[in-house]
Amino acid sequence: MKIVVFVKVTPDTAATVKVDDSGNVTWGDAPLVLNPWDEYAVEAALQTKEAHGGSVTVVSMGDESALEAIRRALAMGCNDAIRIDDPALAEDDTLSTAKVLAAAVQKIGDVDMVFFGRQAIDGDTGLTPAQTARLLGWPYVGLVAAFRELDADGGTFTAERAIEEGRQVVASKLPAVVSVAKDYGEPRYPSFMGIRKAARAKVPVWSLADLGIEAPAVKVRLTQLMNPPKREVQCEFIEGETPEEIAEKLADKILAEKVL
Amino acid sequence: MDFALTEEHKMVQEMVRKFANEAIPIIREYDRKHEPAPLLPRMAELGILGVGIPVKYGGQGLDYISLGLVCEELEYADSTLRVVMAVHMGLCAQTIFHWGTEEQKQKFLVPLAKGEKIGCGAFTEPGHGSDFAHIQMTGRREGDYYILNGEKMWISLATLADYAIVTVRTNPEAEKPHRGLSTFIVDLHSPGIKRGDIKGKLGVRAGSTGWIAFQDVKVPVENRLGEEGEGFKITMTAFDRGRYTVAAGAVGLIRAALDASVNYATERKTFGVPIGQHQLIKQKIARMARDYEMGKLLYLKAGWQMNEGIRATRMTSMAKWFATEAAFQAAHDAVQIHGAYGFSDEYDVERFFRNGRGSIIYEGSSEIHTLIQADYALGYRRDKPLRIELPPYDPEEWQ
Repeated sequence: MKIVVFVKVTPDTAATVKVDDSGNVTWGDAPLVLNPWDEYAVEAALQTKEAHGGSVTVVSMGDESALEAIRRALAMGCNDAIRIDDPALAEDDTLSTAKVLAAAVQKIGDVDMVFFGRQAIDGDTGLTPAQTARLLGWPYVGLVAAFRELDADGGTFTAERAIEEGRQVVASKLPAVVSVAKDYGEPRYPSFMGIRKAARAKVPVWSLADLGIEAPAVKVRLTQLMNPPKREVQCEFIEGETPEEIAEKLADKILAEKVL
Repeated sequence: MDFALTEEHKMVQEMVRKFANEAIPIIREYDRKHEPAPLLPRMAELGILGVGIPVKYGGQGLDYISLGLVCEELEYADSTLRVVMAVHMGLCAQTIFHWGTEEQKQKFLVPLAKGEKIGCGAFTEPGHGSDFAHIQMTGRREGDYYILNGEKMWISLATLADYAIVTVRTNPEAEKPHRGLSTFIVDLHSPGIKRGDIKGKLGVRAGSTGWIAFQDVKVPVENRLGEEGEGFKITMTAFDRGRYTVAAGAVGLIRAALDASVNYATERKTFGVPIGQHQLIKQKIARMARDYEMGKLLYLKAGWQMNEGIRATRMTSMAKWFATEAAFQAAHDAVQIHGAYGFSDEYDVERFFRNGRGSIIYEGSSEIHTLIQADYALGYRRDKPLRIELPPYDPEEWQ
């Protein structure tokens, strides 16, 4: 199977992200990492390759900082990598990104499956996977928690989706785009062998001209960014002689405040 | 001069940091129970036990600097994890890599570097630590075997290791005591070996530290490392490797104490302000930050020397001496910053303090390193070429 997994570099989850005085998002000197949700996508892509053969190409759109994410995916076991970068992509939205990614899938050619993480922890929209599928004209199965069956030769698969109500089983045809949920299972550690390979990897860079497309129009613009308003938090200690008395007072308080 | 770590180094750091963070809750539990934490299989699975050995000998093909970085990350979580690298890799695997014949490397080093077997170094005796030239355990040649008798003490991984590098006295008549020593690779599952863990330790409670008793243990001649009478030199080079890991680990402990202290000092308030704004707290934090940078520069220089094939005895001793003393000071200051909370195991700094005390004693006490450094500076001590030098790091050869 020819598999593509799209990844994105994001600030570390431990970073304190805020809007600075100039209205720009900043996370200080916190490191950039592979988007945590994308780790599940890489894991799912690698497991699919291991079960059905073929190769996994990791693709990321972005400047050189995207190499952080690409190298991590290579160290986990992806076969090769492509970075998409072009000065005309300085401004983007999810749809323009999806247009670029769909063009990359077409240029790679003969792709059977495309994997995404469920969303990126920075923008948090979760729209790009579905938009990419729509542009490719392929089925989209979001929030995959497991594959029950995958018939690479027959071009079909059945997947379990992790949805709020429980699990939903979906059958689909290949080629397809899937996004992967956390329920898929813990992503593997990068191996040291993989790290050595990733550290030395020369990652080709594709421009829009390489993809044969113009810069897609950006339809959504962020007009203003602001920090969330500070929340006033008051702490009250419930006191009493016995645990039962404290619990009773706490229950009364919860009901009075209409928490329950 | 380039102070930047390579991409490979940074990725190794990140990977081991992830493992170390996951290990912390397990360490806390086992430290409290005073039992060895069952983390060796996971370290083997991740390849950590093969860092510092070329691929052709079962290792990960990562250089000596990577080994230091790994040790720093491991001891950030807990000293017991770094101790594993000190004895399994520094004292055992790398000593075989340095001095072993090709047959010994294939037979013993490959399974050690793959993590299929665990190694340790058995040098210290109940009555001899710093005065190593006068150890008493004996090895008597009988045909194709040596018969070992005696006891080794304060041996990390004593009850978990499969192989030990053991130095004994094979020639009691030698003109100078240190010339009568020889070193062996001993299978610790051999008949005549008894071993146990030492209870009641101040620190490193989530790790195995024990004793090994040898009674008429037969060791084949082909298990001897180097020549007969070369044991002292071999042991000293093993200490170079062990001290390197201890130095790097201690730098991790300083960083752990610093991070814990900064977190606490910015949250805890006294006199209406976070305690980080009090000058005497700042002094402690500043000292930790300074010592972290200094310790790191020292161990990275030692790692660079080993990569380049430059003898690193002087630098590993200096790095170990400085970093372990600084780590204990940092842990001590961290407890002080935490006040009464630092006195309980509710906060990790209590464990850092207990662990940090040990490394001032083992792998050469601070007193020994002080004398070594003075003798180097005064010109009383010089490194003479060895019959076999530690192989330098060669990116092509090690892959």
